[in-house]
Amino acid sequence: MTITQKLLGAAAALALSAGAALADPALIFDLGGKFDKSFNEAAFNGAKRWAEETGGSFNEIELSSEAQREQALRRFAEAGFNPVITMGFAMADPLSAVAPDYPDTKFAAIDVTWLDLPNVRQVGFAEHEGSYLVGMLAAMASKSNTIGFIGGMDIPLIRHFGCGYAQGAKAVNPDITIIANMTGTTPAAWNDPVKGSELTQAQISQGADVIYAAAGGTGVGVLQSAADAGILSIGVDSNQNHLHPGKVLTSMLKRVDVAVYDAMKAGTDMETGVFIMGLADDGVGYALDDNNASLISAEMKAAVDSARASIIAGDLKVASYYENDSCPALNF
Amino acid sequence: MDYATLLQVLDSTVRLATPLLLACLAGLFSERAGIFDIGLEGKMLMAAMLSAAVAYVSGSVWLGLLAGVGASMLLAALHGLASITFRGNQLISGVAINFLAAGLSVLIAQDWFSQGGRTPSLMAGARFEPITLPFADAMAGVPVIGPVYQQLISGHTLPVYLAFLCVPLTWWVLYRTRFGLRLRAVGENPAAVDTAGISVVGLRYAAVMICGLLCGIAGAYLATALQAGFIKDMTAGRGYIALAALIFAKWRPWYALGACLLFGFLQAIALRFQSIDLGGITIPVQVMDALPYILTVVILAGFVGRAIPPRAGGEPYVKER
Repeated sequence: MTITQKLLGAAAALALSAGAALADPALIFDLGGKFDKSFNEAAFNGAKRWAEETGGSFNEIELSSEAQREQALRRFAEAGFNPVITMGFAMADPLSAVAPDYPDTKFAAIDVTWLDLPNVRQVGFAEHEGSYLVGMLAAMASKSNTIGFIGGMDIPLIRHFGCGYAQGAKAVNPDITIIANMTGTTPAAWNDPVKGSELTQAQISQGADVIYAAAGGTGVGVLQSAADAGILSIGVDSNQNHLHPGKVLTSMLKRVDVAVYDAMKAGTDMETGVFIMGLADDGVGYALDDNNASLISAEMKAAVDSARASIIAGDLKVASYYENDSCPALNF
Repeated sequence: MDYATLLQVLDSTVRLATPLLLACLAGLFSERAGIFDIGLEGKMLMAAMLSAAVAYVSGSVWLGLLAGVGASMLLAALHGLASITFRGNQLISGVAINFLAAGLSVLIAQDWFSQGGRTPSLMAGARFEPITLPFADAMAGVPVIGPVYQQLISGHTLPVYLAFLCVPLTWWVLYRTRFGLRLRAVGENPAAVDTAGISVVGLRYAAVMICGLLCGIAGAYLATALQAGFIKDMTAGRGYIALAALIFAKWRPWYALGACLLFGFLQAIALRFQSIDLGGITIPVQVMDALPYILTVVILAGFVGRAIPPRAGGEPYVKER
């Protein structure tokens, strides 16, 4: 064996061991894209916070088509990234296909709660509880007794949002009218602000004066049209109050950033299983900052905070859309 | 459905039909000259991105419009270069333009503003504002006609009026001018045009550039009038619906107006009512979304009169062999 071969062999061994030692986390964004000002951006913020605090680095990919889901997952697992964090309900099927092939890799799935895989941490959120609170705020802020809900793609998760919202609004005012619309039934519904605008205008013409958008990028159009028309809107997932200061009533926070941060912080020691983050552990909530302070009166805040306390205490139960695929307060 | 609701739905129809109409007329010019254009979608998308970006940076919606039209015409020129000069396959060139625009628009916006491929929200002045036509408020009191004038005809943004004016203009150019006659001839029988000593290549380039101009206005309308900024893939298939409308209209300008208004109306109905109850039968919203394509297939299949495309469409013109 010549010296060159030896050197090459040593280098290869070194490269291999470096690959094995590499246990950086990886993050797979859903189709909405990393900067959707909503769901995926929250995940990115969580990852960024982890990187800044620990000085660690993570790898990431923005999916651009359905076909890439399994491919990206397999690539990251193959390259030794651990844990691999996925965003969105649609990763459930690819995970069931890939996760069993890499028993030593841990996966974290945000918005997936129904898989039976030993190496997957599944994090769900009690969106209906957070939506219940913003529904109460909407009903209290509405002067026309009509409020609106605009969902993105018509999937149970989004109905889950709308259902909590309707229950909260009805708790404040049983006679309130709730207009609920979905943008579409394909993933394009997450990125069609023009349609979001038209839906907003249609709801405004039916009397709605507070509109809750749970629609990813489409929500940008909803918030814009609402601000143009001088009515209030409610953002979702990330704090969107700053998009139109004084015109966004509040945002339903879904602390995806916390979930991602926790997963990255735990690293390879991450606990697996199903976790639901609700009001009690600040997994969901409503946003209150300088941009909307003038819109939320002291009574509104008091009412919402007491409802929050009773939900946490278990005295008040918000019905979940998932329980029997229907909503007691709203027909879709 | 009461009168006020009907007016609102029609108002929404006008807004939704405008980008379709502009893109449809754009396709009409191009295809009447024998150049098929699948790339309407991409041109609109690129125009939407650049118009929003330039309007934001300069604070002027007019500069934005200019930039959007410029970007769209650049892509149109590229399509012309590939399919007229180099005699490439027009469909493939069009598809390539769609892919190019989908990626490039996000890339440029990301590099420029670092907001994940979107442009920052536009403030007043960098957007087209609604125009209130004269006497709109005075007319509001007049029964029946008053609200139509005030709500439906008045109060739209400039590109909407521009789009509707383009219909008679297109008709006049195509059927009443020498340029129009030659343009139509070049789509039917380019050899005859060539024999008469008129440049086939020149005419086709002119048509493709007009197509770029109109697509540019359509894209700018999406990003600076309907919305206040660009978001990736914001055209959401409107270029393809415009193509469907073009076939539905059998490549005629007035029919194009009708087809676009019909497709816009279907969208408006779907957005306003979602699932429609017709005495026991519920029409799901998906049916309304799919209807433009279904109608186009019906037309293509020849059930409601034949749709015959320009005869030389899709074929590059070769002068000598």
